[in-house]
Amino acid sequence: MPPSDIPATEGPQGVGGESKDQPLIVFDQVVKRFGDLTVLDHLDFSVAPGERVTLIGPSGSGKTTILRLLMTLEKVTEGCIWVGGEPYSHTMRGGQLTPAGEGYLRERRKRVGMVFQQFNLFPNMTVRQNIIEAPVHVLGTSKAEANARAVELLDMVGLGDKIDAHPTQLSGGQQQRVAIARALAMQPEILLLDEVTSALDPELVAGVLDVLREIAETTDITMLCVTHEMGFARDVSHRVLMFDQGQIAEEGPPEQIFGEPREERTKSFLRSVLNNG
Amino acid sequence: MDFLIQRLPLYLDGAWVTIQLTIGGSALAFVLAMVFGIMGTIRHWLPRAVATVYVEVFRGIAALVLMFWMAFALPQLTGYQLDDRFAAIIALGLNVGAYGAEVVRSSINAVPKEQVEATVALNFSWFQRLRLVVLPQAWAQMLPTFGNLVIELMKATAVAYLIGVADLTAVAQQMRQATGETVIAFIGAFILYYLIAQVLILGMRLLERRANRKLGRIPPGGTGLLALLRPPAVNTKAGVA
Repeated sequence: MPPSDIPATEGPQGVGGESKDQPLIVFDQVVKRFGDLTVLDHLDFSVAPGERVTLIGPSGSGKTTILRLLMTLEKVTEGCIWVGGEPYSHTMRGGQLTPAGEGYLRERRKRVGMVFQQFNLFPNMTVRQNIIEAPVHVLGTSKAEANARAVELLDMVGLGDKIDAHPTQLSGGQQQRVAIARALAMQPEILLLDEVTSALDPELVAGVLDVLREIAETTDITMLCVTHEMGFARDVSHRVLMFDQGQIAEEGPPEQIFGEPREERTKSFLRSVLNNG
Repeated sequence: MDFLIQRLPLYLDGAWVTIQLTIGGSALAFVLAMVFGIMGTIRHWLPRAVATVYVEVFRGIAALVLMFWMAFALPQLTGYQLDDRFAAIIALGLNVGAYGAEVVRSSINAVPKEQVEATVALNFSWFQRLRLVVLPQAWAQMLPTFGNLVIELMKATAVAYLIGVADLTAVAQQMRQATGETVIAFIGAFILYYLIAQVLILGMRLLERRANRKLGRIPPGGTGLLALLRPPAVNTKAGVA
């Protein structure tokens, strides 16, 4: 399958201030609180178009919250998220950033897709329906075209023969690969991967990671990946962000973070993960 | 026995009216339950308040009183006399619909929030989410309780004879008064009510099985008609993917 068939970023546009030099995603002083608990504490970071970033850190450090904010499953408490040079979590109203309503969010989050830890396939649909319903109803793709794409995507994830199966007839690894195909069918520029192998039996992890490696190699889709699979993170990511207590404790290329971490917090986190894995 | 067989056509006429009331009342109750049940899950306060008012008002009024009101008070207020059967159907529908709305609301709220999050990630609109994901999954949860409500509604149709509807109960009363055979006259009604209930139960089980099969929960106990006689024991965990 040629790479062009896989969703890719649209590249430099020069419209709306969007260009290859500019970051695709910007977190500007983002705070997220749940009640008294501060999960993200004035977080600043940005992601370049096509960049693959892995978020690591102890549980509760805010990694997953970052993905959930980008998928608009949560609202920021303070600060603003920008995507493609435009406000994402907020709208510009009279020169002021105001929290965005559902209509605006629906327009904006088209660019983002997400794969969940627990797959979240729809049990009332076959594999085919899981993949084609959103393109058909949300993007207005014709049924024939959506079907053809579903076949391609399922072939890519190695499940071409399961198109009419029911999610409950599939193993966890197979369900997760369908979920990846479902997310890609919406042609997102940004793919969020939230601990996508954590719920899988160990022998099923490799199949899912192989699919993600292939996507990373053959497309320039921007990826944000929360994972405990350090080998995978080292192989596919351009940059690793180590989170601790809602802030970035350390960041750098994977060779440096995994090879010679500078921060004590990073060292002790990596030790605990490697001992358990 | 001869008594009943001779008068079977009369009983069947009465049973037919009971069936009409059951179908009409259930249809109205279903529509009201869906509309107000869905409104009860909307985040905005206004539709939720309207749904709460409907549920609390009509859950709190006895179906019989509502029926009397439809048949006797409404004509005085509006000058328009509803057909007896129609009045009975509206009263039963309003009453059972209020219970049904609570079933719909709680079933929708019981759909795992992860499923809703997946619809956000795929950018479904509110209506698409409801139609394609939430209602099909909530449906399987609603059906067992809907089954009970339909049976309850069918039995509640018996009070319609008090506003002059010639239903099964009315026929039994007429038989008793005309012949004095009180015991036999009501046994005829027992049997027909029971048979109608059995048909309703069978129908609801068929719907339940179909709904569970669609969610990939394979009903145990084999397939075929005999399996229908057993209540469906469903492993609800298997469907939560």
